[in-house]
Amino acid sequence: MARIKAPVVITANDLLTGEVVYLDLAHRWSPELSTAKVFNVIDEAEDELATVFSEAVVIGAYLAEVSTDSKVTPRHYRETFRHKGPSNYFHGKQAVQDAEVAA
Amino acid sequence: MYNYQEFDRAFVRERVEQYRDQVRRRLDGALTEDEFKPLRLMNGVYLQLHAYMLRIAIPYGTLSSRQMRQLAYIADKWDKGYGHFTTRQNIQFNWPRLVDTPDILDALADVDMHAIQTSGNTIRNVTTDQFAGAALDEVADPRPYAELIRQWSTDHPEFQFLPRKFKIAITGAVEDRAVIRAHDIGLQLIEHEGRIAFKVFVGGGLGRTPIIGQELVDRLPAEDLLPYLEAVLSVYNLAGRRDNKYKARIKITVGAMGIDAFRAKVDEAFQRLRAAFNGQDLAVLGEIQKNFAPPHYVEKSHESYFDALDGDIGFREWVERNVSPHKHPSYASVTISLKGHGDTPGDATSDQMRAIADLAERFAHDELRISHEQNIVLPHVAQADLPAIYRTLRSIGLATANIGLISDIIACPGMDYCALATARSIPIAQDIALRYARREAEIGHMQIKISGCINACGHHHVGHVGILGLDKAGVENYQITLGGSAGNDAAIGEKMGRGFNVDELMPALDRLIDAYLALRLHEGEIFAETVKRLGTVPFQEALYVIDQAA
Repeated sequence: MARIKAPVVITANDLLTGEVVYLDLAHRWSPELSTAKVFNVIDEAEDELATVFSEAVVIGAYLAEVSTDSKVTPRHYRETFRHKGPSNYFHGKQAVQDAEVAA
Repeated sequence: MYNYQEFDRAFVRERVEQYRDQVRRRLDGALTEDEFKPLRLMNGVYLQLHAYMLRIAIPYGTLSSRQMRQLAYIADKWDKGYGHFTTRQNIQFNWPRLVDTPDILDALADVDMHAIQTSGNTIRNVTTDQFAGAALDEVADPRPYAELIRQWSTDHPEFQFLPRKFKIAITGAVEDRAVIRAHDIGLQLIEHEGRIAFKVFVGGGLGRTPIIGQELVDRLPAEDLLPYLEAVLSVYNLAGRRDNKYKARIKITVGAMGIDAFRAKVDEAFQRLRAAFNGQDLAVLGEIQKNFAPPHYVEKSHESYFDALDGDIGFREWVERNVSPHKHPSYASVTISLKGHGDTPGDATSDQMRAIADLAERFAHDELRISHEQNIVLPHVAQADLPAIYRTLRSIGLATANIGLISDIIACPGMDYCALATARSIPIAQDIALRYARREAEIGHMQIKISGCINACGHHHVGHVGILGLDKAGVENYQITLGGSAGNDAAIGEKMGRGFNVDELMPALDRLIDAYLALRLHEGEIFAETVKRLGTVPFQEALYVIDQAA
């Protein structure tokens, strides 16, 4: 498998809800990719991943490649779907983001 | 239907309480995820891309109205108002919170349902013909045997940690509607010299190593079923590989050992085990069979049925496509399509579930079936009631007359939900259904099956047209296989060549279908027959005509 390339974020699923979460700059788990801590050095990301991997509040933490051109966006389509939600219903994060915009 | 006894109820309730305590200990940190994961999986709780998923067992695809209403209640109270019926005749909820899952299991136990052994390396839900007990071509009703296997395999201490998951399918009909030869064990009820027996197939399966099951025994007396299954499982349990999960299914064991050597080991184990059963299993089977007596058929006037056939084209088309012959001459089986053009294959809203439950209660002796093709069946319906059923289905958007047509697609959840997927399946199915909606009657019988990864939950290997979604250098890519069959002539489709990106896929399918329409001998020659007659080469050429031109 190809080695992951920086920049990356640390992502996982929330223990209670299963929702996709990202580790932010304050070392909290946030549903927002936009506030995720971006690592430009893979070794640093892996060191931090090792410290959070067994945290009780999330499941299955791993590194995900992102682009940081104008804002933080997933590079792989799998991460895009995780970040957005399913394509057959307006469920998941896309619904939450839409509700926030409407509010 | 099988009615739970006090033993069943006590067992299920006890498992719910055990699981509730396991969730509590996970949430307070007493259990790590590594410790908790196998426990939640034993209760059908998976983690997918966006949320947890709860897979609920629907034993051999059979539901009562009350159970269907409870699924609707669960969909509304703890999920997003819908459920997804699967290719293994189960239902999945895609959005439960972990903390709610014990309450959902309690709600299931209220209607004699559970999620036990819907995951893990155990014997999974036994699947069968959706028309079992009703089909015109049935030799014997497979449901009592499926229920016997369910009782035997549930919490069986020897088979809770098999090398890999284990799937059994059983049919009692002449036509195989349960894809028995794509299962670890496939059972076909036959009649031999006036007695019921089983033809037993072993080592079938799809996934990354697709294999059609081989005949293990041609006439197993029905009374030997459980000791023989136990013999097969015990041989596999010892000989199956545990060092490599991709080599751990029984199909690999049988392939490595050879069918004759495998059979010899099973026969040896069978001789030993047979004596231990003592006929107790047959006493249980006798009790089970009392639950599966035919319904009390009612004779009704057919006048309104014939009037509707004459006067309503939509009704007539629906009858032609969605109504199947029944063993009782004035009855029929109705398949309710969950494949409305543009809908997600296998999904039903809670309102639709309740409406279908009402129909089953009013017109179908309170019985429902889930087909492996992800549709819902009313197995016992008086023909005289068909017009009223059609009108109700039309009012709730479930009267699509497309069973067996190009839009009646099997599709796994794919990367819209599944953590294992490498590409999406659902939008491909939706696009195909919408694209050919107006031409599907002209195209005729065609089974398209779509999987979003090599694990093949969408049965793509046995589709007339199989579509496998893969990740090709970070782009969704779809491989096409042709020549597969899920029926009596079960066959693995042949891979046609390079995969297609999303924007190439529909034009490629257009070329494939146009080629078929040009090549078929007459309108009655279905796609699979044309492929069988001509081979795949003309269709391969149609798919890759652009490559050849370049």
